[in-house]
Amino acid sequence: MTKIAYYPGCSLLGSSREYDESLRAIAGPMGFELLQVPDWNCCGASSAHSLNHELSLALPARILALSETLGVDEMLVPCAACYSRLVTAHHDLAESAETRDRIIEIIGMPYQGTVKPLNILEFLERHADSFKDKVSKPFEKDVACYYGCLLVRPPKITKFDRPEDPRTMDNLVELTGATALDWDFKVECCGASHSISKTDLVGKLSSKIVGNAVKKGAQAIVVACPMCHSNLDMRRTFINRAAGRNYTIPVIYITQAIGLAMGLSEKALGFPRHIVKVKFPEKAKVKAEVKPAVAAAAAAPAPAAQSEQTEEA
Amino acid sequence: MSRIGVFVCHCGTNISATVDCPGVAETLSHVPGVVHSVDYKYMCSDPGQTMIKDAIKEHKLDGVVVSACSPHMHEPTFRRACAEAGLNPYLCEMANLREHCSWVHDKEEATTVKAIDLVRKMVEKVKKNQPLYSIKVPVTKTALVLGGGIAGIQAALDIANAGHKVVMVERDPSIGGHMSQLSETFPTLDCSQCILTPRMVEVAQHPNITLHTYSELESLEGFIGNFKVKIRKKARCVDEKLCTGCGLCSQKCPTKKNLSEFNEGLGYRPAIYSPFPQAVPNKPVIDKTQCTFFLKGKCKVCEKVCPTKAIRYDQEDQILDIDIGAIVLATGFKVLQPDFFPEYGYGKYKDVIQGLQFERLASASGPTSGEMKRPSDGKEPETVVFVACAGSRDEAKGLPYCSKICCMYTAKHAMLYKHKVHHGNAYVFYMDIRSGGKMYDEFVRRAIEEDGVKYIRGRVSTIYEEDGKLIVKGADTLLGHQTVEIKADMVVLASAAVANDGAEELAQKLHVSYDPYHFFAEAHPKLRPVETNTAGIFLAGACQAPRDIPETVSQASGAASKVAALFSQSELTREPIIAVVNRTAPPLHSTCTGCALCVPACPYQAIEMEDIKNRDGKVVKRAAKINPGLCQGCGTCVALCRVKAIDLQGFSNEQIFAELMAL
Repeated sequence: MTKIAYYPGCSLLGSSREYDESLRAIAGPMGFELLQVPDWNCCGASSAHSLNHELSLALPARILALSETLGVDEMLVPCAACYSRLVTAHHDLAESAETRDRIIEIIGMPYQGTVKPLNILEFLERHADSFKDKVSKPFEKDVACYYGCLLVRPPKITKFDRPEDPRTMDNLVELTGATALDWDFKVECCGASHSISKTDLVGKLSSKIVGNAVKKGAQAIVVACPMCHSNLDMRRTFINRAAGRNYTIPVIYITQAIGLAMGLSEKALGFPRHIVKVKFPEKAKVKAEVKPAVAAAAAAPAPAAQSEQTEEA
Repeated sequence: MSRIGVFVCHCGTNISATVDCPGVAETLSHVPGVVHSVDYKYMCSDPGQTMIKDAIKEHKLDGVVVSACSPHMHEPTFRRACAEAGLNPYLCEMANLREHCSWVHDKEEATTVKAIDLVRKMVEKVKKNQPLYSIKVPVTKTALVLGGGIAGIQAALDIANAGHKVVMVERDPSIGGHMSQLSETFPTLDCSQCILTPRMVEVAQHPNITLHTYSELESLEGFIGNFKVKIRKKARCVDEKLCTGCGLCSQKCPTKKNLSEFNEGLGYRPAIYSPFPQAVPNKPVIDKTQCTFFLKGKCKVCEKVCPTKAIRYDQEDQILDIDIGAIVLATGFKVLQPDFFPEYGYGKYKDVIQGLQFERLASASGPTSGEMKRPSDGKEPETVVFVACAGSRDEAKGLPYCSKICCMYTAKHAMLYKHKVHHGNAYVFYMDIRSGGKMYDEFVRRAIEEDGVKYIRGRVSTIYEEDGKLIVKGADTLLGHQTVEIKADMVVLASAAVANDGAEELAQKLHVSYDPYHFFAEAHPKLRPVETNTAGIFLAGACQAPRDIPETVSQASGAASKVAALFSQSELTREPIIAVVNRTAPPLHSTCTGCALCVPACPYQAIEMEDIKNRDGKVVKRAAKINPGLCQGCGTCVALCRVKAIDLQGFSNEQIFAELMAL
């Protein structure tokens, strides 16, 4: 068993318990022991960094400092918002000694910066080998992978995948036997935390995402963020109202997709907790045109990484 | 004992306002070795120089220190004066009392004390100076022009018309470059090919120009006036002497579905082809990666139909050795390629194209014969969106610079579209309109006011397809960041101009410096814009930075005039400020131990190892040898040499230490 620090954050204990359950369900077979960060606190997402800059660094810095007591050098952060806060703090504290000293003073505990926060896609990509050969029931569905905003942005800090057209999740679901569709709204805004204050707006924005996925013939939308999930799943009534349609496409976590492919039960993966019932529609008969157009750029070389990462790396 | 003369200049009041010049002269007259010390209001004036000349003769001076301004300003003046009086010019030194003292300090006693110190140390240096003689190198009066675009064509013609030989090397099968692909040119909308092709023909027919197309530079050795280059002439598989350019082979070639480079992938060409009908030379090449004979071993249709039997399947690459005196780099640029813009769908949607592709669509010689038809289904696009700054000025994309030509060509594109599709809608998303240039802003205003092109200030965030339309999402920052969505039939990206393929390797081959984006660097951004920091290598056109045709042509003429000036002399004179490896009498021969650490350290490849032989021809020692033609006197090897066997003439260790010890 490989040990890795684990920061669930509030979502995985509340609205997204199925994310936590499915992650734990696949972590064991993958050979990972998740060490929950002791005495962890709020990451400061949304509220802290819009109110107080120091607080927005101190909260995640405390989590990072606590994780250093576990004797590991990586921390798995499944929630995209938590990941964004932790990776930002990790980056800012490494960049400036002055900031680091100030934050250490505030949190009142030693901080080395030795534990690197990993988002779920980074984690799965690095350890793809450990679930690839455990696929017993290939998840043969056409899916739309929805990344949302925080996993890949800001590129200077995350240094992960191509910010406008990420591919990591597409590659991961293909390993489970699914077909990742080429669709238009991989990183479009779902409305995020406006879900509470301006639910209508979220319905409108998310309806475009769901609508495009359905139109491209997706049987499921695969996500890696509790916020994305709750907006596309829990707010489906608002989405359908905004679209004037009755979309029934299920929204599942990448961990659930892998779990299904590993042959785990729907219950173990937390499917009963979803608002939109997880019932995959039939494969579209005439599949939407998903192959990249050839003519104009056929001579183009294989896609390279975008310069954001190469420049920073 | 030395006989040194000190001449203190007032520089009007530039020096004398804060430094007590007569006092400096008086103090210096007591320094051992100084036999003559005077001050004067303007040392650089004619009477001032005469003073120095007379003093050299009268006092039999063997060293001169002029205490005045920066040596950058007047060292040549005073050295010339000394030479005229019969003194070796390198026995004259300057103490910089103006920039290093009077201009930067207030009037007080310490200022004069510092001035005295500055002069004193130069006196000590001059005592150690040795007479030096300028270096003469012969000049091969043949220029190499790398690149056959408009920059190379202009430079080659100018040099050739000045009466010198030119060798032009072009990578593609034809000269003409990007300009031959353009439909019309701004701001006059005259046809690009019509003004370019006569020049191309002139190059081919000029008695002073030797043209090598489908060729590349293999290697370069030597130095200014004396370069030796190797050119790889790639196998065309066609005998250029026999071929008449009838084009029968291309017509009959069965492999016709190869994307045409000239048409930017919007059309097809056969495996044996000339890039375009007006190609110079109009001799086809066989694309070995597409030709059925090379792939499958049979076909040979072109050989059968060729009326002059010019096809040579067994032709091999040739390496040509040529002696060259100067080089003009005119290797051009390329436009940024597709997957830079995943969010714009370039490469994913057929109707999202880049600027050069639009040129081909609009061109009468293009795949649609100039009719406005979009690539996907050949329909006439009713709404076209032009996106300026696609990649340029975008730090997130790693290209913070402005590509300079896009504002103008985007206005031109929108205008050409409106001229062809009167009822169509043309939108331009822009950040700023940069239209500096003669008649340039008027041109953009014409697009907006007369042709009704709608300019929207803001950037495009994403482009996606919905119900057969391209949805262009952007913001209008002049309307309070209001989001704009346009349903377009075609999108043209003004993608950034970037350095050409292989620019970095070429720069390294030539020892020319380049910027972080692989554009070649000029020696001085303002005062030496067409020279590189390697003597004898000059720059023209967009290989240095993105630029338009007028600017490219004037820079090419500038580079050509530099070459012509170089070739106007039969010998080159160089300053003898170079490094030398000491040579002593036997038994040592040299204190150099032959460790050869200096060889890789030299940025100009000027050092090689040499065998020292005794009179029987037996090798007694291996020592470094510095080529005086290549050495630029940077001193890197001097600092590196572990046994102090290398010295920089004019700035020897002994001289520098003498200066320091005087303080």
